[in-house]
Amino acid sequence: MPKETGKTRWQDLPIGFMITDAGNAAEYHTGTWRSQQPVRNNDRCFRCGMCYLFCPEGCIHRGPDGYFFADLRYCKGCGICAQECWSDTINMVEETE
Amino acid sequence: MAKRVGIEVSIACAEAVRLANVDVVPAYPITPQTHIIEDLSQLVAEGELDAAFIPVESEHSAMSAALGAAAAGARVFTATSSQGLALMHEIVMLAPSLRLPVVMVVANRALSGPISIWNDHSDIMAERDCGWVQIFCENGQEVFDLTLVAFNVVEDERVLLPIMVNLDGFQLSHMIEPIEILDQEEADTYLRPHKAAFRLDVDNPTSMGPVGLPEYFSEAKMAADMALKGSKEVVEEELKRFGETFGRHYNVVETYKAEGAEVIILTMGSISETAMSAIDKMRTWGKKVGLVRIRLWRPFPIEEFVAAVKGAEVIACIDRAVTFGGTAGPVASEVRSCLYHLPGKPAVINFVAGLGGRDVTVDDFVTMVDRAQHYLRKGIFPPYELINIAGEEEKEAESA
Repeated sequence: MPKETGKTRWQDLPIGFMITDAGNAAEYHTGTWRSQQPVRNNDRCFRCGMCYLFCPEGCIHRGPDGYFFADLRYCKGCGICAQECWSDTINMVEETE
Repeated sequence: MAKRVGIEVSIACAEAVRLANVDVVPAYPITPQTHIIEDLSQLVAEGELDAAFIPVESEHSAMSAALGAAAAGARVFTATSSQGLALMHEIVMLAPSLRLPVVMVVANRALSGPISIWNDHSDIMAERDCGWVQIFCENGQEVFDLTLVAFNVVEDERVLLPIMVNLDGFQLSHMIEPIEILDQEEADTYLRPHKAAFRLDVDNPTSMGPVGLPEYFSEAKMAADMALKGSKEVVEEELKRFGETFGRHYNVVETYKAEGAEVIILTMGSISETAMSAIDKMRTWGKKVGLVRIRLWRPFPIEEFVAAVKGAEVIACIDRAVTFGGTAGPVASEVRSCLYHLPGKPAVINFVAGLGGRDVTVDDFVTMVDRAQHYLRKGIFPPYELINIAGEEEKEAESA
């Protein structure tokens, strides 16, 4: 169901509006909802992982360098990571496009 | 061999459910549905019915458990009434959208307030637009028969919707009537073995009941509406097959002396039998009166209804629920709306009768027919009118 591929004819919907392909939530890019994006200044970051713990979308990952980053395909721009960050590493910046 | 026995209608209903060999019965007791559920729990306890009886903590849970069980592929039965149905409402709305077949008997009872345990149709009319197949029984035999028919209807792959089998609380549920009870072998010649069209399965994972974004929601509703409309054909097929198998024939709309009648009494449920007695009486006076009874309420059988009332001058349409401050009771508003565009249509005079257990007598039907004709002569068309109300005697005397 949750794909962003235009409209589906009612005749083509699965019976009972079921999702028949497991795990397809990944195809729904909630990042399109975003009006602000988290921008990091890793000079201030001591890699505590509070942003990772608090992200309600689960879209924050840890890179090989040990720093955290948000997957912008899914980040809704809620700003919780910026609010919770202990070291003011994260700033929410208006999306320009 | 089928046996005709004197039996309480609720017990006959439970017997039909036993014959259907249901897998799960989640239920919460409420007057006047109680005897159905009580008997089923006993059948399960005594090993007469191999089912899981789930004594849930509320009707909201009863319907939730029913949908869960149906999603797991079980044949499910539950029953409720009035406040119980109202408490279920949230989950009732969900069932048709999930396309899960559940058979639910509703022993119709007034909704509070004032508190009433007695019969009218206010409980079911509040669930009118939930997308369930809805059928109304006239007598105990019909309750037994239609409960069986219900399982075949909802599990048909062209339907896969829940159904409410409505029977008037007390007037039917607690009556002892002569009912022909089928034995298992006979029931099995009609009932199809249960097979879930789809179900939750760890090897083929699916999600049921996901969010419907605006891009999909209207199409999902369209699909549910088309499924409900399409169920009429299956209901008709199943009633026909039941008639061919057991000799008891049912239609989606029934008539009694309606051919050439000038006045049609329109009813649903058990008061239809009293209406027929009233019609016989009025016929001896030379009044051209007939009965049309709607058995299938959802999907509404528009063509059959229009054909049944063709040629009548006026319909005395009886509602068993008040649409407070509205344009007509729930039945009359449907009826007026499907006649509105037709040339030479009969007038529809709407009477609200039999609320909260008040009897609708032969004399009441005579009064309603007289008043319908009186209003027609005078060219007065009130939206709806409660009848047999203390304090309104003067008005009622006008048409006598």
